[in-house]
Amino acid sequence: MSDELFFQFIAKKLITIKKMNLTLKVWRQKNVNDKGGFQTYQVSDISEDMSFLEMFDVLNEDLARKGEDPIHFDHDCREGICGMCSMYINGRPHGPKQKITTCQLHMRSFKDGDTITVEPWRAGAFPVIKDLVVDRSAFDRIIQAGGYVNVNTGGTPDANEIPIPKTVADEAMDAATCIGCGACVAACKNASAMLFVAAKVSQLALLPQGQVERKTRAENMVAQMDAEGFGACTNTGACSAECPKGISLTTIARLNREYFSAKASSENV
Amino acid sequence: MKLESKIPEGAIGDKWTKHKFNVKLVNPANKRKYDVIVVGTGLAGASAAASLGELGYNVKAFCFQDSPRRAHSIAAQGGINAAKNYQNDGDSVFRLFYDTVKGGDYRAREANVHRLAEVSVNIIDQCVAQGVPFAREYGGLLANRSFGGAQVSRTFYAKGQTGQQLLLGAYSALSRQIKNGKVEMHNRTEMLDLVMVDGKARGIITRDLITGKIERHSAHAVVLATGGYGNVFFLSTNAMGSNATAAWRAHKKGALMANPCYTQIHPTCIPVSGDHQSKLTLMSESLRNDGRVWVPKDAAKAKGLSAKDAANIPDSERDYYLERRYPAFGNLVPRDVASRNAKMVCDEGRGVGTTGLAVFLDFSDAIKRDGKKVVEAKYGNLFDMYKQITGDNPYEMPMMIYPAVHYTMGGLWVDYNLMTNVDGCYAIGEANFSDHGANRLGASALMQGLADGYFVLPYTIGDYLAKMPYERVSTDHAAFEEAEKAVKDKINTLLNIKGSQTVDDFHKKLGKIMWEYCGMARNEAGLKKAKGMIRELREEFWEDVNVLGSNEELNMSLEKANRVADFLELGELMVDDALNRDESCGGHFREEHQTEEGEAKRNDEKFAYVGAWEFQGVEKDEVLHKEELVFENVKLTQRSYK
Ligand SMILES: Cc1cc2nc3c(=O)[nH]c(=O)nc-3n(C[C@H](O)[C@H](O)[C@H](O)COP(=O)(O)OP(=O)(O)OC[C@H]3O[C@@H](n4cnc5c(N)ncnc54)[C@H](O)[C@@H]3O)c2cc1C
Ligand code: SF4
Ligand code: FES
Repeated sequence: MSDELFFQFIAKKLITIKKMNLTLKVWRQKNVNDKGGFQTYQVSDISEDMSFLEMFDVLNEDLARKGEDPIHFDHDCREGICGMCSMYINGRPHGPKQKITTCQLHMRSFKDGDTITVEPWRAGAFPVIKDLVVDRSAFDRIIQAGGYVNVNTGGTPDANEIPIPKTVADEAMDAATCIGCGACVAACKNASAMLFVAAKVSQLALLPQGQVERKTRAENMVAQMDAEGFGACTNTGACSAECPKGISLTTIARLNREYFSAKASSENV
Repeated sequence: MKLESKIPEGAIGDKWTKHKFNVKLVNPANKRKYDVIVVGTGLAGASAAASLGELGYNVKAFCFQDSPRRAHSIAAQGGINAAKNYQNDGDSVFRLFYDTVKGGDYRAREANVHRLAEVSVNIIDQCVAQGVPFAREYGGLLANRSFGGAQVSRTFYAKGQTGQQLLLGAYSALSRQIKNGKVEMHNRTEMLDLVMVDGKARGIITRDLITGKIERHSAHAVVLATGGYGNVFFLSTNAMGSNATAAWRAHKKGALMANPCYTQIHPTCIPVSGDHQSKLTLMSESLRNDGRVWVPKDAAKAKGLSAKDAANIPDSERDYYLERRYPAFGNLVPRDVASRNAKMVCDEGRGVGTTGLAVFLDFSDAIKRDGKKVVEAKYGNLFDMYKQITGDNPYEMPMMIYPAVHYTMGGLWVDYNLMTNVDGCYAIGEANFSDHGANRLGASALMQGLADGYFVLPYTIGDYLAKMPYERVSTDHAAFEEAEKAVKDKINTLLNIKGSQTVDDFHKKLGKIMWEYCGMARNEAGLKKAKGMIRELREEFWEDVNVLGSNEELNMSLEKANRVADFLELGELMVDDALNRDESCGGHFREEHQTEEGEAKRNDEKFAYVGAWEFQGVEKDEVLHKEELVFENVKLTQRSYK
């Protein structure tokens, strides 16, 4: 089939697929100083094969044709891995389904006639830049405070020199899958960043390469987290429940152990 | 203009070692007197910025995302190659070198590829030392798998998230240098021009994407690590923001663009489902290790066949066409071969699914053989991703796949030192053209990005800087003034057209032209037609695009307009390059040149060269410069995967 035919075909197919009409209540805010508020939009002919962000693309194209400013939102990979997308949908970060990001949410999770409320992440440490876009640079600064192994390029030992039990490597990998999206913070009533910090601390605490700086790392990252204005952790577990990568609460337990044993014998002198 | 590749003398295995000894060094105490700009923080840029910072240079790094950790590299799934030979299956630096040159259909520079294979082993050591949690065997040693086009197991991986883990490793090294004050990081900042002073690259002009502020940055050298330009096709597997702007603006300032028509179409992507489609999702080709590709033998049975009903087709009525046509490599043939074959069976009317533009990738035999658990351990997250997007469960029925634009082998021309023909302007990672010839092998882009950034550029840039005076160029210099003005004028022009079509309208139209005429198969008549169409579309863009809002705010419409304006120029050059290259090679398939069996047919006598194009002005045809490729270590043969 030529592409021309293909597009005609698709066009026909779209008519036969059932379409949804939806009401969207979206947070609009011009910039960090603007007070912001909800705006209501109607979207029609939404197919269930569309992703949530593609539905926003359709709405934005409509707005643009009418000369209205499109709704700004963060996104890039649209595959659930870059951590850029960040919508608070019907009171839940990344929407109604578990273990996926906003960009992986598909319209088949909604039904015709639904009203959907969309807000940015809400947290003091994540100021709104515009509409649904927030500033998450606090996460970068937490990593800069110690989320790495102090090793320069070159002169490293052979990769197979230190065997690592598969179970340990796998557990480290599970913690390392954090995409830095911030849903954990948005989900938490205290806006705590514990799960994000715990994921990185756990990854490096589990691996032999992370041992040398284990104590200072936990201390420094937690100190930075506090300095950024994230709230305290009261173990509600909302973070892990909403985390698109399913980062486990056991990482928080590990961070606590790391932190308190570090405090007890602090090397930060 | 004569292109000087600066390939060192000597035997292929000695060149890099000798070169490292011969390059000039910058005294450690003097490194802090040099400023280096690194644009891009993907694998190439983050590793380069971190390594340069460690060495003592003052680095300024830029990315358009909100954090360096989100560069497009994060999405790479399958793995990274290295000639470690941990599996004792006969791998070696020479074999990786040989495979890469052959896989690239003999259109890459031997010396660069050999160096890449040499440093590949250091990359794995480096990443492990950073705490990258690669997959391991029960004994605790690193696991490997074989990957598209390789007959040895040399691919290292971290579940299906290898790019993420490697990038987070590089990002952690970068973060450490930011903390140490050696790297100044500029997030949400887009480079919009290269600044030339006395014939040398001395800085860039950027736009702060939040405030719209246009800024000037001066340095002793500029490194472009800005990724590939696959999004010229609108639909591709690239991240939404991936673009050609930095490379293209450098091109317009004199840097040659090499082999722009070499595009990789990846065979295993989720097929297009509708006009709303914003991007295509790759299913890692590691899946081809265990998945078997097939369509029904009979076109009548293929029509409209859904994945749910695939099981009704008995084995005897299935055509496992890759296994049939290429018994030695089977489902693991290189990407270009796999993609073309998928197109062929669909053109024969044997494609499946409602669109007929899909083939099956079937795991039922692997699940029978190894059990669901083993399959899940290897591909669990990919299967989940597939199910999430399509609603189908690949544990129970085959996946449907179709080729999509994935990677661009073409890019800025660079010499052996990774410097473009513009003094002081370097290009690394996917942004350059260097190592993959006309077709990139799986798991080799991550390798190249990190090789360039960790182990090549930090040496070669010293050779250039050592010869540079310490003096900084003031950003008040007329060249900065002029470049800034040009950037501002362009933005104002875009904002003031106030036409009737959106930026995406144009991007989609361009994408369709490129895919139809400059995609998986190309021919002279189609390419000539496309050239005219692109020119018309570009004209229409500058008369009728509607860019909303103002410069002084976060404005996605303006960001995109800047990028699409460049795609509209680059697209034409891709077509010119495809027209000029009157042969088939790797991912560039000219229908006029194929063997009886429909394989790409090269013309080594006439086209064993790198085609590097020099910009002459927007409405003028570019001028071609040729770098002849010399093969001393690999014999040119017809690629055969039979
Ligand atoms: C889905 C997918 C899967 C892949 N899987 C594999 C795999 O398994 N193995 C493999 O080897 N390869 C794989 N690849 C290819 C590989 O990921 C890329 O080629 C590689 O990561 C490119 O890295 P890079 O550093 O050159 O550029 P990128 O990672 O694309 O980074 C570009 C950087 O430049 C910045 N930038 C761009 N333009 C500007 C500008 N104008 N101003 C400022 N900053 C700018 C961006 O912000 C970003 O930081 C895959 C690719 C895709 C799309
Ligand atoms: S822990 Fe989970 S929710 Fe929090 S940033 Fe990481 S991936 Fe996102
Ligand atoms: S856009 Fe990358 S995770 Fe959603």
